[in-house]
Order: sequence, then C-alpha cells, then structure tokens
Amino acid sequence: MIASVLDTVGDITPLLDRQRYVALTVAATIVVVVCELVRRRKLREEYSWVWVATAVVVAALALEGDVLTYLSAFVGSSSPVWTLFFGTMLFVLALTLQFSVRLSRLTHRHRTLGQRLALLEAELQRLREREEAQRSADRRAANRAAPDREHDVVA
Amino acid sequence: MRGIREPTAVPPTTILIIPAFNEAERVGAVVQAVRAQGLGLDVVVVDDGSTDKTASVARAAGATVISHPYNLGYGCALHTGYCHAWRAGYQRLLQMDADGQHDPTMLVRLVEALDRGSDVALGSRYVADGAPPSSAAKRIATRLFAAIASRWTGMRITDPTSGFQGLSRRALECVVNDGFPEDYPDTDVLVEHHRAGLKLTEVPVRMHARAGGLSMHRGARIAYYGYKMLLTLMLLPVRRPTPLRARDTVARCS
Repeated sequence: MIASVLDTVGDITPLLDRQRYVALTVAATIVVVVCELVRRRKLREEYSWVWVATAVVVAALALEGDVLTYLSAFVGSSSPVWTLFFGTMLFVLALTLQFSVRLSRLTHRHRTLGQRLALLEAELQRLREREEAQRSADRRAANRAAPDREHDVVA
Repeated sequence: MRGIREPTAVPPTTILIIPAFNEAERVGAVVQAVRAQGLGLDVVVVDDGSTDKTASVARAAGATVISHPYNLGYGCALHTGYCHAWRAGYQRLLQMDADGQHDPTMLVRLVEALDRGSDVALGSRYVADGAPPSSAAKRIATRLFAAIASRWTGMRITDPTSGFQGLSRRALECVVNDGFPEDYPDTDVLVEHHRAGLKLTEVPVRMHARAGGLSMHRGARIAYYGYKMLLTLMLLPVRRPTPLRARDTVARCS
C-alpha cells in the first residue's frame, strides 16, 4: 500500500506558485474576516476557532507542498489543488452537520423554555386571580362585620 | 368552570385541551359549543403564539388560556396541554382542534370509550357517519399510514391523523415525556402507545370540513409529513429515549 502510494508520488506535479498564492490568500482572508466578526461581537469565540483552524491547515498544506503531494497520492488524485479543495469541502461538510446537531439541541431547549414559560404564566395568572378573589372576600367580610367603617376598609 | 384548579382540593377529573394557532374567528364558537354540552369539562386553549386575538377570544368564551411566547408547532401545543393536565392531576384528557372540524357532540363518545377502560380513544371520521372531502394526496397519505398503524398496533385503525382523542391518566404519563414530537404527532404516537401496552380504541365520530383558515396538511408539507413519519416509524424500535437530563422537564417542574 505505502509502496504503491510512493510510486505514484513522482507523477504528481506540485502546486504552482500561483496556486500556492491563491490558497494562502484564501486562508488569510478567512482569518481576517473571522477576527473582524469576533471584534464586532457577531461571532462567538467558541465558533471561531474551527474557521481559524481551517485557514491554518490550508495555509500549512500550501506552504509545505510535500505533505499535499503525499496526500494526493494517497487519495488517488493527480492534482494537489483538487486534494486541497476536496479536503476543505469535507471539512465544511462536517462543520454544517455539526451545526445541524447544535441547532437541533437549541431547538429542543428553546421549545422547552417556551413551554415552561407558558405554564408559569398561566400559573401566575391563576394565583393572581385567587389572591384577588380572596382579597375581595376579605373586604366583604370586613364590611359585614363593621358596616359603618366601610370606607376605611375599602381605602 | 376554569381550567386551572387546585391539584389537591376536589380531585379534578376531565380536561379538554384545544391547541389553537391564529384561530380567533373559530375558537370562540368551538369553546362555547363545548361548554353548551354541559359535560363539566375544564376547557383549556393552548394558544401557540398566535398573532391574532385567539387568546382573548378564547378567554372571553370561558376557557383558560395557556399562551406560548412564540409559535412552537401543533405537537408542542398539545404537549404543553398534556403537561398542564399532568401537573394539575387530571384523570382524563380530551383533545380537539380549534378550527371547528371536530363536532363537540361527539366528545361524549370519547368519554364513554375511556369509561369502558380504554387508555386511548381515537375519534375516527372513517369508521362511520361519512367523512368530509379531502385532497387526493391527503387521502393517499391517510390510507398509507392507516395501513402502517393498523399493522404495527395489531388493530384496525382508519384515521391515524385524527387530533380528536381521549387519553387516560396512564396514557397521559406516556405523552408528557419531552421527546413528544413537535410536528404531526399521530401514527408514531399511536404505535408508541401500543408499544407502551396501552389499550387503543377507535371511536366513530362525525367531522366537518374546515370552517375557513389554512390546514396544516397542505402542499409540500404533506411530502415532508410522509418523510418524517416514515423515518420516525423506521427508527422507532432502535431509537434512544430522550436523554435523562432532558426528560420530563416540562411536566415535572413547578
């Protein structure tokens, strides 16, 4: 297996300088945009690191051409550019799947929260009505006990 | 009679929950028609984040209203009603739709079925009395899921999507779990009831065509409904229960 991979390495043309620059520019752009979003508080740090990690991996592979060449041989690709972008695509795919999972969890929490709030409000409403009924019953009882002081009690 | 009562004083017996989303024009008449039956039901309308006057109309008609802060879906509205009933200690629960499709004079049939010892009384428009017309896609979906539900529960079920139901306290205990589906809780819930060892009965009821407004079973949603239901049913035997930390958080907290 390893021998056959090493055999094909020689057939793979390494990244052209221009391709390398494009990959590095993409990586740098990701880092800059992510940092700016964190600075503006539009992206939380806990979600930013995955993107920065993607950029770092892309940059590292672009700079260290040999690793990319071996990877290309391993996956059976003749072009390192294809390998680079295929890898990035897989990474983004995993990321979106993870977001769907997080979204499902958030939806469940948001649902439970809404339900508990609704039940709590209904309970509060019931207690308020009971208190109000109790208060007016007390008032009526007091008025019956001392009709001449009615105004004092009401006030 | 108001829907929320002391859990300990006189034991409350039967509650009717009506999930409603933007049904201001219909829910008032439904609540009044139910109260006119004189069954002594505590009527609770679960307002699922309506943007119209559903809540105030229902309250004016004499129902207790529980309002979701935002729209959570039909299944969620039912689940909130179940949890309320569970917490308040009701022994029996009836549920019907707010759009006027379910005939309040049929409620007594559900109560009778529960009295005869059923845990789940399913009001079916197809057993007798004739059904209101519906679209071809809907008829095919109903036929398909009726066949699946019948096969998986071992009894003849003709109307698995019916939201006109009665539940015993035993059945209520099963549905207050937080894993209750938020959209389209029907065939899968029936199969789960059967797996939990509950006794299901189908009760013939009369249903009307919608008195207006929009049905939740329309257009592309029927396709999603079919997909969701098949996936849920296929995974049912191997699916993990809701994680313990997330279970019954709505029903048991107070």
